[in-house]
Amino acid sequence: MSEKATVITSSDVHLFYGKFEALKGINLDFKEHEITALIGPSGCGKSTYLRCLNRMNDLIDDVTITGNIALRGDNIYAPTEDIVQLRKQVGMVFQQPNPFPFSIYENVVYGLRLAGVKDRTVLDEAVESSLKAAAIWDEVKDKLNESALSLSGGQQQRVCIARVLAVKPDVILLDEPTSALDPISSTQIENMLLELRDQYTIILVTHNMHQASRISDRTAFFLQGNLIEFDETKKIFLNPSQKETEDYITGRFG
Amino acid sequence: MNPKQADKLATGVLYTVAGIIIVILASLLGFILFQGLPHVSWHFLTSPASTFEAGGGIGIQLFNSFYLLLLAMVISVPIAIGAGIYLAEYAKKNWITDLIRTSIEILSSLPSVVVGLFGFLVFVLQFKMGFSILSGALALTVFNLPLLTRNVEDSLRQIHFTQREAGLALGLSRWETVVHVVIPEALPGIITGMILGAGRVFGEAAALIYTAGQSAPALDFTNWNPLNIASPLNIFRPAETLAVHIWKINSEGIQPDAAAVSAGASAVLILAVLLFNLVARYAGNRLYKKMTAS
Repeated sequence: MSEKATVITSSDVHLFYGKFEALKGINLDFKEHEITALIGPSGCGKSTYLRCLNRMNDLIDDVTITGNIALRGDNIYAPTEDIVQLRKQVGMVFQQPNPFPFSIYENVVYGLRLAGVKDRTVLDEAVESSLKAAAIWDEVKDKLNESALSLSGGQQQRVCIARVLAVKPDVILLDEPTSALDPISSTQIENMLLELRDQYTIILVTHNMHQASRISDRTAFFLQGNLIEFDETKKIFLNPSQKETEDYITGRFG
Repeated sequence: MNPKQADKLATGVLYTVAGIIIVILASLLGFILFQGLPHVSWHFLTSPASTFEAGGGIGIQLFNSFYLLLLAMVISVPIAIGAGIYLAEYAKKNWITDLIRTSIEILSSLPSVVVGLFGFLVFVLQFKMGFSILSGALALTVFNLPLLTRNVEDSLRQIHFTQREAGLALGLSRWETVVHVVIPEALPGIITGMILGAGRVFGEAAALIYTAGQSAPALDFTNWNPLNIASPLNIFRPAETLAVHIWKINSEGIQPDAAAVSAGASAVLILAVLLFNLVARYAGNRLYKKMTAS
């Protein structure tokens, strides 16, 4: 695994909501073509940390972030950083499927269209390849012009993933993407993520430890705003070096 | 009384109240239409009003009402959309925003006759616009703007925060997210509110008596030069609207058929407002279906 390039480096990331310190100095690096899982009990800061990586926390008032996060060497918190460009490079999928109330086709091409792509063949191709990559093409290919809201939750979530893929991001952040879905839909999404791993860098926040152990290459365990342990998933689940990690994984708390 | 009986009683009371409202509405509507419709004819709708003799129509007033409505909406809609977007999407939560919101609420509860007098003092006298369509349109803007703004803001707020997140996370700028994600989704609500507002403006009289004036000079419908005083498009001419006309006939009309003209004009007015409401519903639903492709 050592030959893989590092995509994101973060060092000493602190985040304050007002005076409350939600992240207490996180050092974490992510490698290309790997799935990294962020686990930990509710309120441990894993989602907050994830949202630092595409600067979604900028939307919340009264948030202060210090430290350094770099995407392929560029500091994403530099004053000159183009946030819009950053979010194209670092796509995000949310806990609740949030398709736009437009047709499936429009949902997938929305980012491209607004980026100025007008060529119908390019758009058609993007729709097909993105929906295929998101493992939902066969289910929706005959009803691309129907509302995305008419789909089931699991299908909606995969359309949302296709929407992110269509913009061709470098990194995909997923914030508990399956916690609102049934087990079958969750499995479909997990399998899809394993397929996508070869082309993207995937960072996944999950409450489901089985999910983390099934699909991730590395796992980071967060607790109360601290990164307790970060290692290969196998190591974390079979032989964690920290007592807190072991307690959490064996279900003693959390 | 056990819960089942209580439930029955409550349901009964609610049905009665609803029934009373429907009966009042239906009898009012029926009365006005029954009284007025027999008098409505093509001649009545197209010929000018007469001051002393019987047989006058409401052609000019009808045109004035629509023209004034159009101008008022042209002025107020862009402002309302801008203000609504600002309040819903950009305004910070602080005392200035609260102050703006409170002001809008107070403004929206202002009696229309007060708006009319304000328009008279400011637009007619101070700005020397005289009794004119422009003064009337500006007064109607003052009257209409708060509710439109409120409507736009509410419609935008209905759109869930996750939709904005989705847009931003897709690499849209904040403005792009507002324009391409939030507004399209809120559009049916906005359109419905606009058309309902148009209905209110169309039926408004008090705000216009002292601003657009109570006289309807003869118009030459072949002259479309907006600067000519006889042109229908001229915005500096006085323009009595349908609602003002009804008020005027009833208070000081000396035509022999004043009662019939008033009844006919009322029926036309009510039908127009009814039409606005139905169109609002239809357009809103239709648009929503189209936007959501369902």
